[in-house]
This record gives sequence, structure tokens and C-alpha cells, in this order.
Amino acid sequence: MTGVKRFLSTGETRAGLALLLPLLAFALLAPAMFPGDPMAIVGEPLLRPFQNSAFPLGTDRLGRDVLAGLAHGARTSLLVGLAAALSALCVGAVIGTIAGFGGRLLDETLMRLTEAFQTVPAFLLALAFVSVIGPSLSSVVLAIALGAWPAPARVARAEVLSIREKDYVAAARVVGKRPAQIAFIEILPNALPPVLALSSVIVASAILIEAALSFLGLGDPNRVTWGGMIAEGRTVLRSASYLSIIPGVALVITVLAIYLLGEGAAKARLAKRSYV
Amino acid sequence: MNRALRLIGRRLLGAIPVLAIVIVGTFLLLELAPGDAVDAYIASTGGDAAMISALRESWGLNQSASARFWLFVSRLAQGDLGWSVSFSRPVLDVILERLPRTLLLMGSATALSFALGSLFGVMAGARPGSLRDRFLSVTSLALYAMPSFWLGLVLSVIFAVNLRWFPLSGFETIASNRVGLDRASDIAIHLALPVIALGLVYMALYMRVMRAGMAEVWREDFVRALIARGFSHGRIVRHIARNALLPLTTMLGVQAAVMLGGSVVIESVFAIPGLGRLTQEAVAGRDTPLLLGIILVSALFVVAVNLVIDLVYAWLDPRIGASGETL
Repeated sequence: MTGVKRFLSTGETRAGLALLLPLLAFALLAPAMFPGDPMAIVGEPLLRPFQNSAFPLGTDRLGRDVLAGLAHGARTSLLVGLAAALSALCVGAVIGTIAGFGGRLLDETLMRLTEAFQTVPAFLLALAFVSVIGPSLSSVVLAIALGAWPAPARVARAEVLSIREKDYVAAARVVGKRPAQIAFIEILPNALPPVLALSSVIVASAILIEAALSFLGLGDPNRVTWGGMIAEGRTVLRSASYLSIIPGVALVITVLAIYLLGEGAAKARLAKRSYV
Repeated sequence: MNRALRLIGRRLLGAIPVLAIVIVGTFLLLELAPGDAVDAYIASTGGDAAMISALRESWGLNQSASARFWLFVSRLAQGDLGWSVSFSRPVLDVILERLPRTLLLMGSATALSFALGSLFGVMAGARPGSLRDRFLSVTSLALYAMPSFWLGLVLSVIFAVNLRWFPLSGFETIASNRVGLDRASDIAIHLALPVIALGLVYMALYMRVMRAGMAEVWREDFVRALIARGFSHGRIVRHIARNALLPLTTMLGVQAAVMLGGSVVIESVFAIPGLGRLTQEAVAGRDTPLLLGIILVSALFVVAVNLVIDLVYAWLDPRIGASGETL
């Protein structure tokens, strides 16, 4: 069995995809399904779910379509989650490789740096960064990535430390390749698999941090966010709790789907190891 | 004792460069913020140009960046974290006033997630792959996927708004003049929902580590020996659980920073005037010195927790730190 086939054959992967694919389609088709501004007032306020076919999930305090908000919020959540995780993985992998291959002093310095970043609670760091820079899509992505790169950096470094003693690295040295060439062309690609294994956890936590930031009012003000919708609904929690509950359910489904995919990948890797 | 002292010394030495980096980072963030402390102060109090320049002079803000950095560091060394513009009080005072409530919330939530997590971890790991194992694993994963602030809101809709079992918000009943046990039980009933929300979300982590640890120990030779000798299933599980408990202690240290971040949002949901609420107030009031003071104090807190965890670990496992090598 190939790796992909093994990955697809686990129950976790199938459950994860069953949850994530409709959500992905929902997010991608949002502009087509709900053209127009999702933040615009379109109907009577505080319409309950399943009562009016024009607004299947009802409307909020101001009369905005909850379903349209959910669809556009899915775009923000997934975009921020993926962008933050991608940047954290890239930065982490590069820093980890430099630390593992760049000699004692560089290693020591970079490892202290990662330790310092792990000492500050990632959420507090993101909160402080966004409030200093100002909330926007890019500052939120940057703020989340700032707290997420140390874990991949550590894993990459550990991997590089074990790979750099391998024969093919010695061979590359003998044929006169430059250190940077060896580090990034020979070693880094081989050090990537365990780093990529972290991606599901990083994407999931990025989505959760984005939700918490926008819940506290630090999301991009020009975009609909699930966290922002939950915060909005909170003001009418007693009379219309569905407004807070619905976007939260969407968050749980998204994050759970990503965790399940990660579990599926881990299982596939384990299965491979036991075959060899 | 000697071993513990050596361990403390080595850890403290290692913490110095880390904290130095955090301090430099905080200073850089302070520099990045638009406007300085005087601007924020004047915005809230009003004042003319002469007053502005006098304030800049007295706070040392008219000097070069490097001079300001040294001023910042030398003040830090004296325990002076700066001046909170929104509270018009020293940052350290404001933080120390709020910190105990957050520590109580965090500590209780950590205790709950550790206790439930290890319990369910033992139940799941007693028979890896069984129906119970799968059920517990899926449930804990679903809980772990929940944003803690949302779980807090859902719990408060059910138990505070509809059932009225718990108060909706706050740390204790205001102006009730309660003392002693009466006050403690009042605080406990106020903290129940936030602690449960925070504790349930992070329970999954402890459970997974416990379960994975147990599944691993099942494959060890000594377990096979126990089975061969005819030990009962329950007795073997007890042996295995004790061995799997050790890595869980390390998790406590790793989780300290995460828990602190989680309580920031939970405090805002339940209107608990702790460090988290303070962070939000600092953000709302554009009080950058206060915000960065909170970051420094939390970094110190995380370092301290990890030091304690290391000591506990060394006490639990005598092999560690005995010959002077690091963990």
C-alpha cells in the first residue's frame, strides 16, 4: 500500500474528511452562495433557526443572515489557520535546520530563542502583538505564527542532528558541496516528515487562537469571524443563545476534523513502520 | 538535598538568557507600538505641550532607543515594571492584585484536568483498542476541539441561565462581607463553571499521554512476566499506571503556559477580575506598559512552574539529575 492509500484507509481519516470536505466546499462557495456583504442587514432581527426558509439558521441581533456569516466566517477561519500554520512550519523548519547544522554557537542562541518564545504563553503573545500592531488579517496570521514556530523548530533540529551524521551527508561534503547547500537541499527535505506531522495540531490551534482573538474583539474588523459571531451573540445570550452556539459548533466540527486527519496520518505512519 | 540544589542552580542559570530574550522582545514590542506612554497618558488626562515635554523628560522618553532600553532594564532590576496609564498606578501593583485569582482558577482547572485525564487515561489504557478506549478517546478529542470560551458560554447557558445552579459571572458575591469558610464556598461556587470549562478542554491532553504511556508499558517485558505469573488484570493495570504517571508530570510544566493563555479568555467570559481580564483592559485602554508587564510576569511564572516540576520529577525519579547531567 502506498502512503496516501494507507492514510485514506483509516477510519479517522474518513471521519475527518467527511467533516472537512463539506466545510471546505461551504467556505469556497461562500461568495457564490451568499453574494453580497455578509455583514449587511437583510431581514428582521433575532429570527430563530428553521423558521424562515430565506434564513435557515435565523438572523442575529441586527438582522444579519447567520448562515451567510457562518459561510464567510469559515473562509476566515480556514484561511488564518492554514496561513499561520504554513508560515510557522516554514520558519520553524528553517530555524531548526540552521540550529542543527550551523554549529554550537548558532545552535545555542537559536535554542534559547525558541525557549524564550515557548516561555511566553502563545495566546498572550498573539493578543499583545495584535493589539500593538492593530487588528487585520495579516497581523492576526503573523501573531499566531509567532507563537507556533518553536515546536516545529525543535522537531526539525532534532531530526537534522540525527541526519547530519548519515553517510550521504558525508558524501555530499566530500564532493565539495557548500554547507548551506547540504543543509537545505540534502538534509532539510529528509527532516520534514516529523515536522509535517505537527501540522494538524498547529492548524487546529491556529484556528482556535484566531477564534479567541476575534471573540475578544481583536479579529480583522472587516471580516466575519466565528469568534466575533460568538461574541456578538453573547450580548443576547439569555434570549437567543443559538447565536453563540451555532458558530461554536462550526468551530468544534472544523477543529475536530483536523485532529482526526492528524490521527489518521499518525496511524498510517505507524502502520508503515510495522510493515518494514 | 544537594542534588536538588544543583538542579535549581542549573535551571536558574539556564533561565537567565531566556528571560533576557523575553525582556528584549517586550521592549521591541513597546517600541513598535504607535505613540509612547506619554501620548497615552495625555490622551486620557489632557495637557499642553510643556507638560508633554516635561513628562517625556521625567520618564526618560526623549532619549535614544538604547538609552531607553537601559533605563527599562535598570528599572526592571529594581522591580519597577513601569506605570500603567489606564490605572494610574504602578504596573506591578496592578498585576499582583489580580494574579492570585488567576492562579486559583488555573490551579483548580489544572488539578481537575490532571485528575480526570489520568483517571480516564487509566480506564482507556487498561484495555487498549477496546470499545471503552475508543469511546473515551473520541469524547476527549471532541472536548479538546472546543474553544474553552465557547464551552464556558454553553455551560453558563445551561447551568447559570436555565438551571440557575451557579452564578453567571464574577469571582465572588460583591459587597457581601463574607469571611473564612463562607467566603471560600462563595468563591468556589463562582469558579465552578470556569474551572470545569477550562479543565474539561485540557483534560484530553493528560488522558492521551496517560493512555499512550500505558499502551507502551503493556509491551514491556516486566508486564509479560506479571501476566506469566498469573497476576490479575487489575493488579497489572495498577503497576502499569504507576509507570505511565511520570511523563504526565512533565506535561504539567508544558501546559502551564497554555493554561495561562486559556484563562485569559475564560476570565472574560465569566467576568472574573484576574490577570486575563486585566490583559483585556490593557488592550482596550491601549495600555502597552501594562500589557508587556503582564507578559513578563507570565514568562516568569512559567519559568517558576517548570522549575518546581523539575524538582518534583527529580524527587519522583531518583535517576534524574543524580550525576549532574540535564534532564
